[in-house]
Amino acid sequence: MSTATLDKVEAESKASPYIKVTFRIRRFNPEVSAEATWQDFEVDIDPKERVLDGLHKIKWDMDGTLTFRRSCAHGICGSDAMRINGRNRLACKTLIKDINPAKPITIEPIKGLTVLKDLVVDMEPFFQAYRDVMPFLITKGNEPTRERLQSAEDRERFDDTTKCILCAACTSSCPVFWNDGQYFGPAAIVNAHRFIFDSRDEAGEQRLEILNDKDGVWRCRTTFNCTDACPRGIEVTKAIQEVKRALITRRF
Amino acid sequence: MSAETTPAAAGTVDAPYGVDNPAPVIEAPRKRTKKTPKSTRTNFELYGWLFMRLSGIVLVVLVLGHLLIQLVLDGGVSKVGFAFVAGRWASPFWQAWDLIMLWLAMLHGANGLRTVINDYAERDTTRFWLKMLLYTATVFTVLLGSLVIFTFDPNIR
Ligand code: SF4
Ligand code: FES
Repeated sequence: MSTATLDKVEAESKASPYIKVTFRIRRFNPEVSAEATWQDFEVDIDPKERVLDGLHKIKWDMDGTLTFRRSCAHGICGSDAMRINGRNRLACKTLIKDINPAKPITIEPIKGLTVLKDLVVDMEPFFQAYRDVMPFLITKGNEPTRERLQSAEDRERFDDTTKCILCAACTSSCPVFWNDGQYFGPAAIVNAHRFIFDSRDEAGEQRLEILNDKDGVWRCRTTFNCTDACPRGIEVTKAIQEVKRALITRRF
Repeated sequence: MSAETTPAAAGTVDAPYGVDNPAPVIEAPRKRTKKTPKSTRTNFELYGWLFMRLSGIVLVVLVLGHLLIQLVLDGGVSKVGFAFVAGRWASPFWQAWDLIMLWLAMLHGANGLRTVINDYAERDTTRFWLKMLLYTATVFTVLLGSLVIFTFDPNIR
């Protein structure tokens, strides 16, 4: 009887989808130390699960002090952008099996923003830049009595940039932004692009003027880091180039 | 499920940090603030960007042509001497070529370095003085080079 049970246990453990994965997480807790350190966690996890599930296992079962942001867990709220194996991604959209679980998976906060605790950064400068490009519809004259209609082609013009979820993966992957937070950053330009090329909006000229400034689009070095980082697949660098082109063609 | 944790850094031992006395957070360089968009209302950066593209295209032709003439054609680098330069600068075409190349290359390089300094110099004073050094060197080289091209005397002894 005992052998039968053992056999059954063994067979089950052979069939188990779980593998051991090491999560190497950049920890920082100002209430303990001024230094950020790496900490390793070994987790049994199904490789078809996501990095966010691994973080949950750590937070819920191993170390409740691990701090990170997440809300929707389905790639739509943009709160869990982090640097996973050196690239900015959403933890909730990154499968373990896609990032080589044989090696330790490194997880850091996104760069270029003030680290408050563990993986939580101060997003205020990021949203400040977003607010500074006036990300809302501006029109003149009386309000129409019905919807503001738009042709399918006009809508298509800025379709790509409407997909932004403000996760800051692009801005915090930009080397110019790492060194100088005064730069507007890709995300703010993407969201300006969304209104500049909207046929219903009438403040495109104002927004272009804002981005024409010293810390605007001209600081972009076309590194393409932002396009690689965007979890929504937005062609960020292309959007920035289109704003540059609009600025040049309007001036000449 | 097992946890293998590396012990927290040695800093914990001597650091007096606690709940009431947290350590300074890890700041990002030159953060954006409420006051940040200091509007300059000029097209300087636009023209600078355009200039880099256009001068780049022209420089490819000028510099490659220059290298070809100086180093490859007609005996290579060993032919270059006072007489060779004097002979070339007798023609206004080569004078113009060299003058345009000097100006474009210097301004292109200086503007490139200016952006590098803007990107990487963290402190305001460092940035200011590096740029002053850059501008001085640029103006000096451009003026000296133009002076030589315009006042070149092949009969100098
Ligand atoms: S453009 Fe992409 S990477 Fe940047 S904030 Fe929006 S969704 Fe995130
Ligand atoms: S948790 Fe909402 S985007 Fe990942």
